[in-house]
Amino acid sequence: MSTLQTDSAELAASRAATTVVSSASSKKPARKQSESAFIPVCVVVLATLCLWYAGAVMLNLAWEKSSAARAGTTPAFLSMVSSTMSQDRPVLPAPHQVAVEVYNTTVKKKITSKRSLVYHAGITLSSSMLGFVMGCVLGILLAIAIVYNEALNKSLLPWIIASQTIPILAIAPMIIVVLNAVGVQGLLPKAFISMYLSFFPVVVSMVKGLSSADSSHMDLMRTYHASGSQTFWKLRLPTSMPYLFAGMKVAVAISLVGAIVAELPTGAVAGLGARLLAGSYYGQTIQIWSALVVASIIAACLVAIIGLLGKWVNQRMGLAHV
Amino acid sequence: MNESVIQIDDLSLTFPTKDGDVHALSGIDLTIGKGDFISFIGPSGCGKTTLLRVIADLEQPTSGAINVNGMSPEQARMARAYGYVFQAAALYPWRTIAKNVALPLEIMGLDAGTITSRVAKNLELVNLAGFERKYPWQLSGGMQQRASIARALAVEPDLLLMDEPFGALDEIVRDHLNEQLLQLWAATSKTVVFVTHSIPEAVFLSTHIVVMSPRPGRIHEIIESDLPRSRDLDIRETPEFLALAQRVRNGLRTGHGYDEVV
Repeated sequence: MSTLQTDSAELAASRAATTVVSSASSKKPARKQSESAFIPVCVVVLATLCLWYAGAVMLNLAWEKSSAARAGTTPAFLSMVSSTMSQDRPVLPAPHQVAVEVYNTTVKKKITSKRSLVYHAGITLSSSMLGFVMGCVLGILLAIAIVYNEALNKSLLPWIIASQTIPILAIAPMIIVVLNAVGVQGLLPKAFISMYLSFFPVVVSMVKGLSSADSSHMDLMRTYHASGSQTFWKLRLPTSMPYLFAGMKVAVAISLVGAIVAELPTGAVAGLGARLLAGSYYGQTIQIWSALVVASIIAACLVAIIGLLGKWVNQRMGLAHV
Repeated sequence: MNESVIQIDDLSLTFPTKDGDVHALSGIDLTIGKGDFISFIGPSGCGKTTLLRVIADLEQPTSGAINVNGMSPEQARMARAYGYVFQAAALYPWRTIAKNVALPLEIMGLDAGTITSRVAKNLELVNLAGFERKYPWQLSGGMQQRASIARALAVEPDLLLMDEPFGALDEIVRDHLNEQLLQLWAATSKTVVFVTHSIPEAVFLSTHIVVMSPRPGRIHEIIESDLPRSRDLDIRETPEFLALAQRVRNGLRTGHGYDEVV
């Protein structure tokens, strides 16, 4: 069961990643594209909903049939189909069931309530944001070290890549147990896992960004006899800005995944991961799915915020046309 | 001959490659006098840009001696003794025109007042007053290149190194900028070293034309111009101009050795 949940968590992440790609690819005539994109977007959403309903009917029908057989009744096929969408513990809840559950646990619950998804989302969000900020700082510092020092480039980069090949689920409990043993508790261990995931795209994009300055731009600095720090602040850092935001878009989405995954194997009592865990203990599939939907909505919002921030910085730098 | 600014003796530069060494420059002897306008002309691969980059300390010679303002090129670079203009304007796209011109001055650590006045003065000089707050992409190619010349002049160097600065521009703009550059040179009495592969441009601008030939990159001939120092575009129709252009063309032809079996 727990593997099923991580699969779903990864699904949410990959959904968020798709948002990254689509928002990154809509570059030049952004306004025109978003207008003409309205219909295709609607079509995709509708198609997804249709598939979801069809899946719910198919997956939940078996239970309807067996309960009818146990009761010795033979209900009409259509009435069985309609009741597949209102089961208490469906294999796959129908979209409207998830929507109602999300509504009930967000708008209709007090934020302080243990049953409020806003409360749980807030807890996950705070640790993932802390982890994201830590990851960005770490990523930028590592990238600077790698770009400026060939020895570090050779010695650090393999470890950085290796760090991402380890399944996070395997080491998340160990990190949390180890940090607990040295007295680090609360927000930080979870944030640490978010950082572990989110520093990577920042390193990769910043290494590229910091070394992407035009050779004539670099030569120019040399003819001015500019110092290393002048070249960094006046040329390499500004050049890397678009790369930084591209990396941060991916990083912010996976920092959320990191926080959720950190809550899963450790028996956390609060957070979206804890909701997933509790849902699986009690077979509350609707609860699981509503937590997943909220997680992906948050991820999409975070990616959008970074996108807007990137646009704003671009505009402030006078690169609005790019 | 007037006081020399650049002195080059038997200079060679070899790039090692997998297929053996490439002799980019071989046995270069050249003296550039103060206030001269020198053009390096030659086909692609003759090392004209490399020679300019050696003067600017952007490339290191393999052997030979070079002297800029009585210093090594490295010392001259550290003393910011020259302004360098690249083939592409190489303006920083996130800086306004004024901020681009201010860039070298910021790096030199000048105070804000000096920077403002020097930026204004040099933008005026290249007829770009009023464009201070525009970004490079809002300007035409010719205007961008003028801004990059203003940036090189802002350092107030006695020596201006220009690497095919007008190579990417159309002929109408190029003619116009050539004329402006001559006026600028006359007004500021700087020494200019100019790389080009256009014969009319070299003849129109220069006091001395250095004809170079490839494989290995070397100086084929140095032609001293007998045209008057102050000239306008009409001079290109005179017999003297055409005769000079003919000499350069002949030099390129014999130097290039089209008929050689390589």
